[in-house]
Amino acid sequence: MKLVEHFQYGLNSPICLTWELTYACNLACVHCLSSSGRRDPRELTTAEAKGVIDELQRMQVFYVNIGGGEPTVRSDFWELLDYAVGHDVGVKFSTNGIKLDEKRARQLAATDYVDVQISLDGATADVNDHVRGPGSYATAIRALENLATAGFAQPKISVVMTRQNVAQLDEFKAIADRFGAQLRITRLRPSGRGADVWDELHPTAGQQRQLYDWLVAHGEGVLTGDSFFHLSAYGESLPGLNLCGAGRVVCLIDPVGDVYACPFAIHENFLAGNVRSPGGFQQVWQHSELFAQLRQPQTGGACRSCGFYDSCQGGCMAAKFFTGLPLDGPDPECVRGFGEEALAARDGSAPVPRSDVDHSRSAPRNIRGPVPVQIGMPSRAGAATGPVAQPDRACETSPLAGMPGDASDSRLRVPVAGS
Amino acid sequence: MSTDPAPSEPFDPDRAYRCSPRVALRPEPFGALVYHFGTRRLSFLKTPQLVAVVSGLEQHHSVHAAIDAADVEDTQRPAYLRALAGLAANGTIEQRS
Repeated sequence: MKLVEHFQYGLNSPICLTWELTYACNLACVHCLSSSGRRDPRELTTAEAKGVIDELQRMQVFYVNIGGGEPTVRSDFWELLDYAVGHDVGVKFSTNGIKLDEKRARQLAATDYVDVQISLDGATADVNDHVRGPGSYATAIRALENLATAGFAQPKISVVMTRQNVAQLDEFKAIADRFGAQLRITRLRPSGRGADVWDELHPTAGQQRQLYDWLVAHGEGVLTGDSFFHLSAYGESLPGLNLCGAGRVVCLIDPVGDVYACPFAIHENFLAGNVRSPGGFQQVWQHSELFAQLRQPQTGGACRSCGFYDSCQGGCMAAKFFTGLPLDGPDPECVRGFGEEALAARDGSAPVPRSDVDHSRSAPRNIRGPVPVQIGMPSRAGAATGPVAQPDRACETSPLAGMPGDASDSRLRVPVAGS
Repeated sequence: MSTDPAPSEPFDPDRAYRCSPRVALRPEPFGALVYHFGTRRLSFLKTPQLVAVVSGLEQHHSVHAAIDAADVEDTQRPAYLRALAGLAANGTIEQRS
């Protein structure tokens, strides 16, 4: 069995774990995939968070991607960072840069085993601030300057590709080069508040082609979190693993300890359990009913007969779910146009699912109380026919020590910790 | 920041090796996941037998002896040697005296 086939049946521990430490954020980005803004009073305490780190160490989860919200606004953020690093759990954290002053930059430069990822969604202030809010471009650039001055080696600049910034790819690369940073570009998902702006912001078909061509030409050294595999149907496969990683090698722990199948799927249909329940995270990862379902072989559904199915695997589960498309059909951004057809064919009889988790500052305070109407998708109990057709990829993996005879290996050789 | 492993000598299966002390092996159904705390690289040992070979290096005077002890079929030996050479090149395993 090839390695990727093993992956689809799940691993003892995740390879790529995202942990959002807080829903609190100083910004209010229009496309926030976790609808962050206000802290949730039920967020994990410092002691509970350290308990999770202990468990990750026991499970040999060697690093986590920490995000939010804005993780650095948690007053215990630096304490948890040190605790994780001291327990063999490396940290890559995403930040808008708000707390990265000169002192913190020096501290980070002196800490082994930490990666920093600064979010920037425009190569110019006007494009960035339109999405991320006034002043956010200046904040990010200042953080990058502080890191460079402190001698922090190769931070990442993380860009969500939108209709407004695809044309700026070369400029992003220039900014990265200027700060000794590595460029990371990822796909806009219709998750969280991203659902509200997806129609307006997601790249056009022509821009998708432009993005693909740019990656083929300049992609060496540019990280993608493996998020553009749906573009592989244009021809040459982009590097990465052709498999939906959700619940198999990837998952999300949210600020209140809820475990979801992937960071782009904060919705009760993809909620596997909570780290506070007996058995903790390990119990959820290894024994939840939802993850067991996600680890079943996939059929491909309506896409199975498409000649490009092997390269794109039907696209991203979350992108389909939050645009109201069936999970076993084409991705809304299918490069052959089948997604656009499917979007056009929606008749409104089944409302598009929305997350029940919303901490946006303008929204009513979120209490995940009684579940409202079940929309668009079967309930968890009936989910065997639901979230089981999830093409997405393991977000970042790198089989290095491949046994010969598996030709897929050579293109998978990318350093995971740097992806 | 990350520390690259010391430049290693050419892989020599007649010599004694060990798994790097900076490397952790995580058992998985296919074999093991390998993490190098110095380079922060993740890689995979794709058969349980390869895991046995890598884990057993410390107990044997040569790579060949470790392969023998793991009952690797003769026809598979060249493939295992190539994989182990790769592991030596990326610092997962290293020579010991």
